[in-house]
Amino acid sequence: MIIAERKPMEEIKQAMALYKKVLVAGCGTCVTVCWAGGEKEVGILASQLRLARSAEGNEIVTLEATVERQCEKEMVAELEDKVAEVEAVLSLACGSGVQVMAELFEDKPVFPAVNTTFIGMPQKEGLWVEMCGACGDCFLDRTGGICPMVRCAKGLLNGPCGGTRKGGKCEIDPDKDCAWVLVYRRLEKQGRLDLMRQYYTPKNFRAVKRPGRVQAAKA
Amino acid sequence: MATPFREILRTKSFVVTTEVGPDKGSNVSKAIEHIGLLKDKVDGLNVTDNQSSVMRYPSLGTCLLIKEHGGEPVLQVTCRDRNRLAIQADLLFAYSRGISNVLCLTGDSIDVGDHKEAKQVFDLDSVQLIHLVHTLNSGKDMAGNELSGGIDFCIGTSASPSSDPLEPQLIKVEKKLKAGVSFIQTQAVYELDELKRFAEFVRKMDEEVKILAGIVPVIGVKMAAYMNENVPGIFIPQRLIDELAEAPKGTGVSKGIEISARMIRQLKEERICDGVHIMFIGREERVPEILEAAGLL
Repeated sequence: MIIAERKPMEEIKQAMALYKKVLVAGCGTCVTVCWAGGEKEVGILASQLRLARSAEGNEIVTLEATVERQCEKEMVAELEDKVAEVEAVLSLACGSGVQVMAELFEDKPVFPAVNTTFIGMPQKEGLWVEMCGACGDCFLDRTGGICPMVRCAKGLLNGPCGGTRKGGKCEIDPDKDCAWVLVYRRLEKQGRLDLMRQYYTPKNFRAVKRPGRVQAAKA
Repeated sequence: MATPFREILRTKSFVVTTEVGPDKGSNVSKAIEHIGLLKDKVDGLNVTDNQSSVMRYPSLGTCLLIKEHGGEPVLQVTCRDRNRLAIQADLLFAYSRGISNVLCLTGDSIDVGDHKEAKQVFDLDSVQLIHLVHTLNSGKDMAGNELSGGIDFCIGTSASPSSDPLEPQLIKVEKKLKAGVSFIQTQAVYELDELKRFAEFVRKMDEEVKILAGIVPVIGVKMAAYMNENVPGIFIPQRLIDELAEAPKGTGVSKGIEISARMIRQLKEERICDGVHIMFIGREERVPEILEAAGLL
């Protein structure tokens, strides 16, 4: 899923400085699961914003709404009446959701309230880690299902750099595992180390021509 | 004129190289001074490529200075700052100006340097870079286009014999050897047994490749502790730390030089490797003392 983190309150406050009535809009999918922009976070942010503005003697009215997926126009369209009532929208969706909102309601300024960070998974309660870089040229069959493009700090394709720390930790962060040590251990367990010994040619970094576009195959 | 490094590797029983670290700025007088001091005392002068991800005068520019002053440059190329177009273009330029030795490296992470918000490139990795140089040597670019003028780089790379775990590193070394390199400069080594094991591994795969042991003098207990803690792939044993601790105050540098020279002598006498690459960062002017103490002058 897509992982995001809420922006600092000061940044959000500044973005809202000109407005007296805003819609705080959440998304019920990825950002709900990673505690960044679901219904609960919408409620928290809206009340924090009201309190902060009230303390400054400059009240703000907040409407709240969360749609199931803010990255789908049909679902965002349900917010039409609420958007009509406000001067601006503060979206807690991922960057895709923010853009759908902005495209659908072109006359209203839409502001992101979160920073979209990566595609990942929950590792433990309250901790998410990056797993996929959406490169468009999946390599996981050769690495025991561990992506060196994002889990190696340098995105190396042919094994670890010389900086691996004692015990197989990453050069730049002793809290992170060296992806290539993980690949080694998994392939060794599977008796498939020959895959790691193979030479992999430079990656096609243009597998997805930006901006990406995928057309479903015709049935 | 200096003897081509490829020729040195083929003929000399114990090869000695060292480094010239480019300055931060356009004043190259210090680099020129170091080049003058070292060029006739060693077989090749490496130039680091934005070492530790700190922006400096370029490796290519300093290699040109070495060439102009009659030394034999080894161009270090990392994959961190340039994509495949830029690397190939730089290599064409290097070769056209008589720089014919290239050391293919991954490069440190941007995070350790002084431009921490820069975009890391890593379009290629070090194994792919070695293949790239061979492709240029064959008269073509990576896209398969013919290149005018011949290119014939002598190719080297690095390795970390003290890594833990070692096996994944050795697989990478194996790939580098298969890609084809004439020499390997190791990360700094302090345990000669580790280097022995590494050399045996390499020689089983490739009898021709020359192994140059990385020598970084440790000049004090604090530096040793710092390196053990912070420099990945380096392990300074306690007995060396104790030896440094016993050195009288103010003699750390001399002690570090003495230890390095002793190691070099042993490497040479026991034929553990084919030479050394001395990295005395920030103290280039004292490299001749190591060479002298090691009996290499």
